[in-house]
Amino acid sequence: MSRACQAYIAGVYEHPTRKAVDKTIPQLHAEVALGALRDAGLTKDDVDGYFCAGDAPGLGGLSMAEYMGLDVIYTDTTDTGGSSYVVHVGHAVEAIAAGRCSVALVTLAGRPRAEGVTTLGVRDYGGALPDLGFEKPYGPAITNLYAMAAMRHMHEFGTTSEQLAWIKVAASHHAQHNEHAMLRDVVTVDDVVNSPMIADPLHRLDCCVISDGGGALVIVNPEIAKTVGDRCVKILGRGEAIKHLNAGQVDLTFTGAAKSGPIAFANAGVTPADIDYVSIYDSFTITVLETLEDLGFCEKGRGGTFVADGNLISGVGKLPFNSDGGGLCNNHPGNRGGMTKVIEATRQLRGEAHPAVQVADCTLALAHGTGGNIATRMGSATVILGSNDA
Amino acid sequence: MTRIERSYPEPSINLETERYWQAAKDGVLLLKKCNDCGKTHFYPRAICPHCLGGDTEWYEASGRGRIYTYSVMRRAATPYAIAYVTLDEGVTMMTNIVECDLDGIEIGQEVEVTFRATEGDQALPVFRPVSS
Ligand SMILES: [Zn+2]
Repeated sequence: MSRACQAYIAGVYEHPTRKAVDKTIPQLHAEVALGALRDAGLTKDDVDGYFCAGDAPGLGGLSMAEYMGLDVIYTDTTDTGGSSYVVHVGHAVEAIAAGRCSVALVTLAGRPRAEGVTTLGVRDYGGALPDLGFEKPYGPAITNLYAMAAMRHMHEFGTTSEQLAWIKVAASHHAQHNEHAMLRDVVTVDDVVNSPMIADPLHRLDCCVISDGGGALVIVNPEIAKTVGDRCVKILGRGEAIKHLNAGQVDLTFTGAAKSGPIAFANAGVTPADIDYVSIYDSFTITVLETLEDLGFCEKGRGGTFVADGNLISGVGKLPFNSDGGGLCNNHPGNRGGMTKVIEATRQLRGEAHPAVQVADCTLALAHGTGGNIATRMGSATVILGSNDA
Repeated sequence: MTRIERSYPEPSINLETERYWQAAKDGVLLLKKCNDCGKTHFYPRAICPHCLGGDTEWYEASGRGRIYTYSVMRRAATPYAIAYVTLDEGVTMMTNIVECDLDGIEIGQEVEVTFRATEGDQALPVFRPVSS
């Protein structure tokens, strides 16, 4: 069948670096922009819309547009952390559909590894934050916040560390084929649960890598997509939501995907059963588990059973996920993993994933981003993508 | 039991929250409720997040609650337990669990507020298990 869509992903690029000691952040933005434009067969002069988030230095997109010599008439600098770039895909569709721009460039770059960021640190988003005084003194490092969600999920639903470990095991099976992945060794459930405890119940191997790098997307209108050719991927649906602590009515067993997912599925006119491949934000194993439940791939609370026994491994299970190794094994540029989720979903729909992990007849894919923090406030974004003949 | 605790960073305090932190120095945990909709919210604000009403009022919390969830930060220089505690008043707040065996903390455990001096001159509400 041929599904209608208002915009296409025409170009993607993932930076091969994982430690960028010799490059600046603006330089990385420009390198990924060039890579995605080349992938689309376009040039920077074709770009009339620019999308970036808080990783781009300067005020909104102003400094990066200047650095890269872009002449743009539309900009969107929505920052929802790691999900920003999934949000940008949806916003680009809307801008293109409204005729506000025709070629949208989205860039992400970061070098936390070169700058010595660790998972133990407490991130500070600025002193004017109203919530800061009620959280920062208690030592909310990223890991222990996700750990608190995992602990509650285990308590309510009986989820086990072994089940969570299967998510890492699946990611490692995929990463062994990715020459750029930081962690290429295939691991077992035992390896994960026997790795050092970081913050109960999350072990070291439940956590994503810290990496430098970045990525870019080029999103175009249907007319330009025709000239680019059949490597273009259809953007069929998008949804986004913010979830927070709800005035103190806290529930850490679900994510904002519970809202962004149904919106995206309705927008695309498809259901979870139609999806051939998923890219799920994987800052930690628990992030994937809760998100899969919230997106409707299994019942709430049954995520542990769903991910077990290799169900997420391409060629083995029913729902292949993160076939590049994801944030758990491949990379997590700038601690913002949404971009690479869209990139690998695009590779799958083009049939350009590594042959060992390529999903046969991959027609419909879902990419989901989670930004901010699962145990405080998060920006969730879901896109549903289709192959050129979807 | 005694255990070495980490030092507690200063909270950031603003016009909306200075009374909360002043009370903490006096060993009192304050909450805010809204006189328009009657509901309590956390963290405390001048404007009620339930209804956006501007008539919010401080009141003293019971200081009792139960652990909603927690995690022990094993890799920190001094391991500590971060937690969310659901107060008897119905709101859940981030905190630390202190004066206990870090390996013995449980979800649902009954806790009560106590206070710790911060690195500056403030006081921070934390919770300890209620001794049976
Ligand atoms: Zn109210």
